[in-house]
Amino acid sequence: MDTISTDVVIIGAGGAGLRAAIALAETDPTLRIALISKVYPMRSHTCAAEGGAAGVIKSDDSFDLHFDDTVGGGDWLSDQDCVEYFIHEAPKELLQLEHWGCPWNREADGSVAVRPFGGMKKKRTWFAADKSGFHILHTLFQTSLQFPSIIRYDEYYALDLLVDDGRCQGVTALEMRSGELRQFHAKSVIIAGGGAGRMFPFSTNGAIKTGDGMAMAYRAGAPLKDMEFVQYHPTGLPNTGSLLTEACRGEGGILVNKNGRRFLQDYGMGPETPVGKPQLKTMELGPRDRVSQSIWHEIQKGNAVSTPWGECVLLDMRHLGEKYIDERLPLVRELCASYLQVDIVKDPVPIRPVVHYMMGGISTNTKAATPIPGLFAAGECACVSLNGANRLGSNSLVELLVFGRRAALSAIEHMQGLPAANTAALNARAEQTQVRIRELFSRTGGTESMSGLRKEMMDTMEKNAGIYRTEEGLQEGVSKIHELRQRYGKVILTDKSNVFNTDLFQMLELGSMLDCAEAVIVGALARKESRGAHQRLDYVDRDDKKFLCHTMVHYQGLDVPRVDYLDVVITKSPPGVRDYSGDHK
Amino acid sequence: MSRNPLVRPVPPTSWFFRHPRYLRYMSREITCIFIGAYCVLLVVGLQRLAAGPVAWESFLLGLRSADSIVFHILALAAAVYHAATWFNATHKAMPVQIGEDFVPPNVISGAHYVVWVVLSVAVLFLAGVF
Amino acid sequence: MTQLKQIRVQLEVLRYNPDTDTEAHFQHYDLTCPEEWVVLDALNKVKADIDPTLNFRWSCHMAVCGSCGMMINGEPKLSCHSFVRDYEGTVIRVEPLAHFPIERDLVTAPDDFMEKLKRVKPYIIRKDKKPISEGEYKQTPAQLMKFRQYSMCINCMLCYAACPEYGLTPDFIGPAALTMAHRYNQDSRDCGRAERQEVVATHEGVWECTFVGACSEVCPAHVDPASALQQMKITSSIDWIVEHLIPGGKSAGDTVSREKAGDIK
Repeated sequence: MDTISTDVVIIGAGGAGLRAAIALAETDPTLRIALISKVYPMRSHTCAAEGGAAGVIKSDDSFDLHFDDTVGGGDWLSDQDCVEYFIHEAPKELLQLEHWGCPWNREADGSVAVRPFGGMKKKRTWFAADKSGFHILHTLFQTSLQFPSIIRYDEYYALDLLVDDGRCQGVTALEMRSGELRQFHAKSVIIAGGGAGRMFPFSTNGAIKTGDGMAMAYRAGAPLKDMEFVQYHPTGLPNTGSLLTEACRGEGGILVNKNGRRFLQDYGMGPETPVGKPQLKTMELGPRDRVSQSIWHEIQKGNAVSTPWGECVLLDMRHLGEKYIDERLPLVRELCASYLQVDIVKDPVPIRPVVHYMMGGISTNTKAATPIPGLFAAGECACVSLNGANRLGSNSLVELLVFGRRAALSAIEHMQGLPAANTAALNARAEQTQVRIRELFSRTGGTESMSGLRKEMMDTMEKNAGIYRTEEGLQEGVSKIHELRQRYGKVILTDKSNVFNTDLFQMLELGSMLDCAEAVIVGALARKESRGAHQRLDYVDRDDKKFLCHTMVHYQGLDVPRVDYLDVVITKSPPGVRDYSGDHK
Repeated sequence: MSRNPLVRPVPPTSWFFRHPRYLRYMSREITCIFIGAYCVLLVVGLQRLAAGPVAWESFLLGLRSADSIVFHILALAAAVYHAATWFNATHKAMPVQIGEDFVPPNVISGAHYVVWVVLSVAVLFLAGVF
Repeated sequence: MTQLKQIRVQLEVLRYNPDTDTEAHFQHYDLTCPEEWVVLDALNKVKADIDPTLNFRWSCHMAVCGSCGMMINGEPKLSCHSFVRDYEGTVIRVEPLAHFPIERDLVTAPDDFMEKLKRVKPYIIRKDKKPISEGEYKQTPAQLMKFRQYSMCINCMLCYAACPEYGLTPDFIGPAALTMAHRYNQDSRDCGRAERQEVVATHEGVWECTFVGACSEVCPAHVDPASALQQMKITSSIDWIVEHLIPGGKSAGDTVSREKAGDIK
């Protein structure tokens, strides 16, 4: 097995991984940086983010307001020291991207334009039409090309962290095009592997979002935090699950039921505001958890439109007019036209809530450090506890940048004065990966089909861990996922080739998703309250006495994971009432 | 076993049969032959003119032959086709931005056609056609 | 709404496994699926239910990540944006992107494109960097519109598969990479045109392009690379004229860069 010795390994080359790589290269040009990704950087799922990125820039806005929106939006499960750090770094990072060439939309005077977004008291979302994530990703990728110290390992599938002497010192990875296993030895390791939304059948997430980074850290002993908080985006295309950005509503689109009646005012987000004049932080500009839950209730009431893909409500943008739609929401128009054959200029489009984002992830602190020394994490795979129980739209693109950079700085701090690596011990750990992969290839006589198992997992997650959850459903889900994890050991590979064997990668991805799925559902069962995106029909209220704390799920091999809790950091905002009514002061 | 990437070479003399758009491209390029040949004819005409009235008369006689007329029709068709493909593409090479908006492609192409017609009429006028 | 109409889809997919094959061959798959499906959905069904050894790349399923470019009936397309209803009643022939080496099945090696993209320096180059604390570089909506279209490239490489020049002359830097150079040249914040001209105003660069125009016809992001390349030919010609025919003329690339830097202070 070839060994690649380097200073820092970054796993994942999306927004967070690229930002970390650039920060490393800029801070110390002598550092050797290995950037590993299972896809070419431009394919990373950051590219699918549409709406924009939040940062205080305009004179009518303030850090305190961004703080309050984020903490309240997160139903007080955000760590407030983390939010404090984040809101101050956010505008700097967005300006940095501007200096690197990101094509942000502009005001007439040439300054950066901002748009309204859900749950935000002020307009503070920087945007590049409705392809903000795409432009952020490509700006970062293209900028990274000027640094010779960033060595990319594109289409390398990272497998296992090399932990020795109590600290993380590298990773094993398969070169996908040759099937050869490599080990990377490094002083610091940063995971930026993205979310795990593909464990659900109906998701905005791309095929690559299978929680590999989360599962890798989890197996190595880092706890997964707050995994039960899974964000449903209110407006997904009902057939493909493609995202219709929150900017649809930010720009003035409205949600109506089958009778053409707006309904969010019935769920604490009223009174109704005039059509085409969106008011911040109320009605259609409520937070995602509340809006998705309202749609669920509206469907329960029988007010939904029936479609071949299930019960939907309608997103109406007709009053915005063709010119404005083409300027601000061209991708949305194109997506609806091609995948649903609906022209949003002429007709309302049916939508339904769709799994979008994992608030939970690898437990990290404000320095992006995991409990394992030498291991750092940033982006959706991490839970630094910025987003709490519900992420506000347009905070995650900034999170990538702020904590991608922070992870890089922490990685450099960690390197100082490290003892020499025990290469023999690392080699021995890497050998264990080799054995694991060989076993997959040599396994015979299995009766399980991979696609069958994957479908069972997805169906279980949708049925038992969806928008609304119950004790009974979660109990059933826990045992089902536990059973699937046992059966996973009996799946056999159909394809035994070495070169670009996607059968193998799908199998490994399924393993990652099952690990993450178990953490989601075990955490959800244990949290006997309703908070943010975690809603229990049997515990309908928030319970700050018992559950103002982070769920920490610890890997226990094939056994059911262990759950314990960590206090939420409250600095200045005690838990209060989330008020999204328009008439509040 | 491991990598052994397969390269499928492009057939150097028949690639343009692979897609209608390549045939369209080749037909555009082939028009150059007629335009080139016409240029040669003009040079020959000048040379004949310099050689004296007898040579010039026999050159003019040659132009009136059936072969020559067929050639001129083909060359004219080729020139028109070439010019049209060229004008239709001008908006790509020379976009005109006014404020935030770009002048629509058909306006830019249309302006070229207008100039073309005006110049052609002028040339015909100078040649004494009117 | 009623149930979705189901249609029969016949796929003919080019297969190649370097472990066992010396040549590529077509394999036939027959399936039934809703008519709203895209070719990628059909391939995924094949992989899940019929043949797990079939290999292809994909991710976003919304035509933005650029992973799933393939030749579909000889046309470079994103398979996530090619609807089976458009091919009803015919066999859909699916091949890997033309002009790139085939690693396996529908998976090609994009190394050449990646290297060329890097060569054109697709990032902001400035002589003077202003600190973040001084805020953004001002850029009017009109200045943004000047290059925005060219910033939409998703690097799917369909234009390379469509470009016969690239197929015949692999040294050609090609449509997407050259367009990216143009995107930065047109950006009011950039001063790097002179540097980029050394790479792009060459025989491997824009002058290899004969304006077939296929790149723009197949571009799924409406970037129109052909227009970028023709504009670069014009600026390259003007550079040459200024440098060689005007007494005391300096490289126009330099002049332009300096003007821009002054422009935006």
